Amino acid sequence: MSVGDSLPRIDGIDKLGGRTRYVDDIAMPGMLHAGTVRAPVARGVVKKIRFDPGVNWDKFVIADHKDLPGENVVATIQNDMPALVDREIRYKHEPVLLLAHRSIRKLREALAAVRVEVEALPAVADPLAPLAPEQVQHGDDNVFKRIDIRKGDPAAVFRDAPHVVEGLYYTGAQEHLYIEPNGVISYFEAGRLVVAGSMQCPYYMLDALTRAFGRTRESFRVIQLPTGGGFGGKEEFPSILAIHAALLAEKSGAPVKLVYDRVEDMAASTKRHPGVVKHRTALDRDGKLLAMEIDVVLDGGAYVTLSPVVLSRGALHACGAYSCDNVHVHAEARLTNSPPYGAFRGFGAPQTIFALERHMDVAAGKLGLKPEELRRCNLLKPGDTMATGQVYREKTDLAALLDRALTYAGYETKRREHEVFNSTHPYLRRGVGMASFMHGAGFTGGGEVYLASEVEVEAAADGSINVLTAQCDMGQGCDTTLAQVAADRLGVAVDAVKAVRPDTSIVPNSGPTVASRTIMVVGKLVSRACGDLLRQVAGRDDISGEKAIAAIRAWHDGNPGGRLIGRAKYAKPVELDWDEDAYQGDAYATYGWASYVAEIEVDLRTYVVRAVDFVALQEVGKTVNPAIAAGQIQGGVAQGIGWALYESVALEDGAMSNTQMTNYVIPCCGDLPPIRVYFEEQPSQYGPRGAKGIGELPMDGPAPAIVNAVCQALKINVNETPLTPERLMEHLEFADHG
Amino acid sequence: MDKIEVTFTLNEVEVTRSIAADSRLLDLLRYECGETGTKEGCGEGECGACCVLLDGLPVNSCLVPAFQVCGRSVHTAESARPTDLEKLNASGTAQCGACSPGVVMVTRFLTQNPDVARDVDLRQFMSGNLCRCTGYDGILEGVKSVLGDHERIDSDEGPA
Repeated sequence: MSVGDSLPRIDGIDKLGGRTRYVDDIAMPGMLHAGTVRAPVARGVVKKIRFDPGVNWDKFVIADHKDLPGENVVATIQNDMPALVDREIRYKHEPVLLLAHRSIRKLREALAAVRVEVEALPAVADPLAPLAPEQVQHGDDNVFKRIDIRKGDPAAVFRDAPHVVEGLYYTGAQEHLYIEPNGVISYFEAGRLVVAGSMQCPYYMLDALTRAFGRTRESFRVIQLPTGGGFGGKEEFPSILAIHAALLAEKSGAPVKLVYDRVEDMAASTKRHPGVVKHRTALDRDGKLLAMEIDVVLDGGAYVTLSPVVLSRGALHACGAYSCDNVHVHAEARLTNSPPYGAFRGFGAPQTIFALERHMDVAAGKLGLKPEELRRCNLLKPGDTMATGQVYREKTDLAALLDRALTYAGYETKRREHEVFNSTHPYLRRGVGMASFMHGAGFTGGGEVYLASEVEVEAAADGSINVLTAQCDMGQGCDTTLAQVAADRLGVAVDAVKAVRPDTSIVPNSGPTVASRTIMVVGKLVSRACGDLLRQVAGRDDISGEKAIAAIRAWHDGNPGGRLIGRAKYAKPVELDWDEDAYQGDAYATYGWASYVAEIEVDLRTYVVRAVDFVALQEVGKTVNPAIAAGQIQGGVAQGIGWALYESVALEDGAMSNTQMTNYVIPCCGDLPPIRVYFEEQPSQYGPRGAKGIGELPMDGPAPAIVNAVCQALKINVNETPLTPERLMEHLEFADHG
Repeated sequence: MDKIEVTFTLNEVEVTRSIAADSRLLDLLRYECGETGTKEGCGEGECGACCVLLDGLPVNSCLVPAFQVCGRSVHTAESARPTDLEKLNASGTAQCGACSPGVVMVTRFLTQNPDVARDVDLRQFMSGNLCRCTGYDGILEGVKSVLGDHERIDSDEGPA
């Protein structure tokens, strides 16, 4: 059986040997290179576009908003973002004009020879600042979305609570920094516009093309090429590249390649939403949570795009893995004149979980309890309800999970050793911190019902099996793990199974490659499609291995030239109920649960914080491929440590200004300790062989665990990420003088 | 831009190309020689995705002017030993693959220079190759597996 085996990834050898062809590795005859002229201010009106007469513009293909055959929008939730600026500029680097030329050198010179003249308008820089009437750009108040989650009667409880603890928590923007920047190539093929490139969601791209060109889905073909990292940054964002490249391909009749360089990618693409979360918590004398009031504000940037759903996930994770009978979560996503903030691994949850898990330590300190004690007495137990009323039905003992993580980390010993070390060392301080948390797997609420995902599994006469989904392998390994799921269900060798490259002319719409949904939701559909296939060949689905292979062969013998395809479509599990209007019910089918423990060392001479040990223990159901799963956890933890300590997005006119790897620092090998990964497996009914989602969970816990450790080491309270040396210095200096 | 002619050895084969005088080695490899295995991650020598061996030494090819390779020898990931690639893959070194060719070439340098491999702290030595997927444990496992020296002592022994 291949589920549970740590198979090496099937695409790994070609990637390592440089044989995998990513978008920028492709050249087509007559191909043009495309570039984007961008807005120079955060907000304004375009007055004139000046072309330097020193350039021979006849040799260029030039396109602007007037060339779009359909609606000038990038289709997402509210369709409010234009594909190209018409008149109004809402963010710096917003695309205004497109150029294409045979020579990439001439293209670069020409891009610098176009000047967009604007009349600037008052921009919004801070989502919390009071709003002048002339700054209003969305509705009456620039609020994209409001969400309230209510449970019990928190106001009444606060009146007589023995303890009330308040806190304010800030999290910064974060750049995905996939190593392969965004890029697509577009060309005509049999009267159809093809867009191939680096992406997570071929059908999102297809919908965006359909809308911007005002044509049917059949007029386009979207192909995912090998994708060099996504992390959410290639969820909604590449749709804009697709529209731009396709527009130039149509206008020129030639293949067009549009690949961003690193600076452009960092300046113009989406980032993690900056967040501000306010907690007010009532507790009894033993530390039991009595009531929680949580206010969440996410900076959405200049257009709605995905902010409402990012906010939703953030709000739904705001109370974390704890039980509390009286809750009010109020969450808002607001407009600023920054490039739209977008999908990023965790999708709102890292912001609210950072706040909560820092707040738990702050509360423990106020009550004179140990942080682990406060967590233990509040973690969900069977029968408890979450903020939306969802009942905790899982088998995982969350307090035991925390204790296990603390044991692996040698927590008690470390605390004792650190006390001695910190009182004797002249400038080094050591600390250890924890976070207990969860991450909802799959789309929120009724999202999976809305997606209505479909998959196919085709068995050929030679016994080879093709798995057809729209799931994009961007490094997380789903080409391998989905093949394992099918091989396992059919009882065949995994090398007989292939996950077909996502191509909207071939694969059904199994939904986007996001939300920790691929293995759990789509994997389950793959398993069911295998069952459907077996029923077609054998009249029953409880056979596998040799019997299945023989039945498939017999079917082909009886149906020469026929195609044998098993199908499955998502059906809502009857026991799950979600009320979108009331924000009540089963917010997610299931969750991954985790306890992380970080050990850090602070150098008081430089204020540099280093993670020196990291334990990541999680319950994610059955791990389909333990080695790939561990790689996901380690990579997520590294990204979380980066967000906690290193990755600072500096804004100028609302847009990122440190747009280089030199000045936007992600962790390198030498910055990180070995990340020690442990799994607890409680098979879930919602995924194949009990698998649950994994990808986003490891992004949620590292930042609070790290910052809790810093606070414990220095006996301070800092409530923000990234905790760069500069910020820590400011905090300590201020505390000294305060 | 003036054109110049560059003759060098690429993966043991002599090649000659006429290129713009200000071309980078990375451009020469990718766009003139069609050897696209070498990737551009940042274009400023930070990420190491474009690492190749120049006369046996690892260099970021985005920082090397192409004319400097005249008469010299360049090795790219396309020349890596299949057995090394298998060991790296079995260890989870590659996820998205964009940093992988650079990692492969640094690994190759270490296998060709056992004295260096013996003396360095691998965690520090591999810090010139940024990876956003693995958290580096898979990369270090892979490099160690290729080096085949399980008695090495380095920072991965964990904190004291």
